[in-house]
Amino acid sequence: MEQVDVIVVGGGPAGLSAAYGLAAAGLEVMVLERGDYPGAKNVTGGRLYTGLIRDLYPELWEEAPFERAVTRELISMLADGRMATFEIAAQEFGGERPQSHTVVRARLDQYLAEKAGEAGAMVIPKMKVDELLTEPASTGRGRVIGIRAGEDEIGARVVVVAEGVLGLLATEAGLRERPAPPDTALGYKEVIELPAGVIEDRWHLAPGEGAAQLFLGSLTKGIMGGGFLYTNAESISLGLVLGMEQLRSRNDELESWQLLDEFKANPAVAPLLKGGETVEYSAHAVAEGGIAKMPPLLGDGYLLVGDAAGLSLNALITVRGMDFAIASGYHAAQAVTAALADDDTSAAGLVSYERRLRESFVLKDMQTAAAVPSLLENPRLFTHYPDAVTELMRDLFTIGPGPADKLFSTGFRGVRKRFMDLATVKDLLSFRRI
Amino acid sequence: MSETPETTEDGAVAETTGDSSVAGTTEERSPPASATDDGTAPKAMAVDAKLGLDVFKLDSEPHIEIDHDVCRTKCVKKVCLTVCPADLYELNDEGDIVVNWEGCLECGTCLLCCEPKALSWKYPRGEYGVQYRMS
Repeated sequence: MEQVDVIVVGGGPAGLSAAYGLAAAGLEVMVLERGDYPGAKNVTGGRLYTGLIRDLYPELWEEAPFERAVTRELISMLADGRMATFEIAAQEFGGERPQSHTVVRARLDQYLAEKAGEAGAMVIPKMKVDELLTEPASTGRGRVIGIRAGEDEIGARVVVVAEGVLGLLATEAGLRERPAPPDTALGYKEVIELPAGVIEDRWHLAPGEGAAQLFLGSLTKGIMGGGFLYTNAESISLGLVLGMEQLRSRNDELESWQLLDEFKANPAVAPLLKGGETVEYSAHAVAEGGIAKMPPLLGDGYLLVGDAAGLSLNALITVRGMDFAIASGYHAAQAVTAALADDDTSAAGLVSYERRLRESFVLKDMQTAAAVPSLLENPRLFTHYPDAVTELMRDLFTIGPGPADKLFSTGFRGVRKRFMDLATVKDLLSFRRI
Repeated sequence: MSETPETTEDGAVAETTGDSSVAGTTEERSPPASATDDGTAPKAMAVDAKLGLDVFKLDSEPHIEIDHDVCRTKCVKKVCLTVCPADLYELNDEGDIVVNWEGCLECGTCLLCCEPKALSWKYPRGEYGVQYRMS
């Protein structure tokens, strides 16, 4: 069996960040990617939080193909033909080191692959890994010794598993359990082309600046989740994220794909899309189990990185995954480089990977948000509150036929009617955990 | 539907086994339209039209297979009919579930949602299946 230092399974941001670091350290690295090119199988909602990863591989980001630096954040609540939007445009989000950028994965992933290649990694597309080769090990989980792709077997001292959220290979090899519906969501979107000038006018942006708009409320019909809109250079990504368990346990005939069409047709949303042409339709599962549902991050001869390790975080108004993926790839590269130098690729030799993640923003932030997944199961977040907020806002802005009430009375009546009840108090108490 | 009407009429999709006239090619083409696409269901047209925008490389063999014994005997709810964002699952005349795997977006939603585990689901072979260009 042919043998290399490290095989990386999957050419997304996690795998390619690992490969870049490993190749830069002089190791022999092979990245196997099943798509026609890196990014061909990959989908993002649309935003990479670049602020924290910028320091990991500083030289990587200068020329990275980002779409727009997000300087405008909007949260919109939808209910019964009403939309209430909270918007913040802040200089701090942009500037020299923007906090986040919109991205298109086919461009970003190919760029990272190119950089990994320049550093010396072999990035091989159109190559699907069919099996992680294991031999029995003392941990109970097997020792990973290489991969099989079709008839070909390739050995590696370490396999970095960057296979994505479904975790098919690691599950098959007994290294983890398949993600369960309550711990996953379905994300799907359309990419809709619009001229750059139209995007800038419509979202009040300077050239190069972007907006991120999230939508909560009636659009998901009570299902945990929401809508998103990210402005790319000359297109927008418009889609939905729906909790998998709630999606599948509905008792009506509602079909998932219809919700996106209804979202697009919403009278408050349709004008945002005017003149746009849909050019791609894509879907992907999302890991939403949080830190409690992470599989074991490493074992003898292998590490899990990125989505394959369950590293993603839906904190309702910030949704992260790719920054964790890139950071986990970085730390995997450091840990594997040290383990190979010490000639110990057992779980004990690789354990610095987990320690590094725990000391980094990746697991710190996931730990901080540990209670979020259970709170998101509260359906009132997606029904009652968007309803109540939009109703209150409507009342404040309504001029009725009768004598107008005092502003304070209108507001207080709305608050008392929709927010001063036991259920809301209980929700408030639970929100203290986030 | 978009540029490739020839693939919308080959009838391959009522069978899950694919069709030799489109199989085994590495040519890029849109997937066939759904077998229910009789022009009377504008919403069904919509999702087919969206899939028509995507680039697919069709493999000669399906990457999703249904264990019909399990599907018939263990599953009441048939969530596959509603959860798939590409609307690829349908009931055939015999009352069996069939999947038009050619238009699969490879999200894995059906795999995660199918409770009785009636699906054998793997990714298409290397270089086959959907190839996203701007997602």
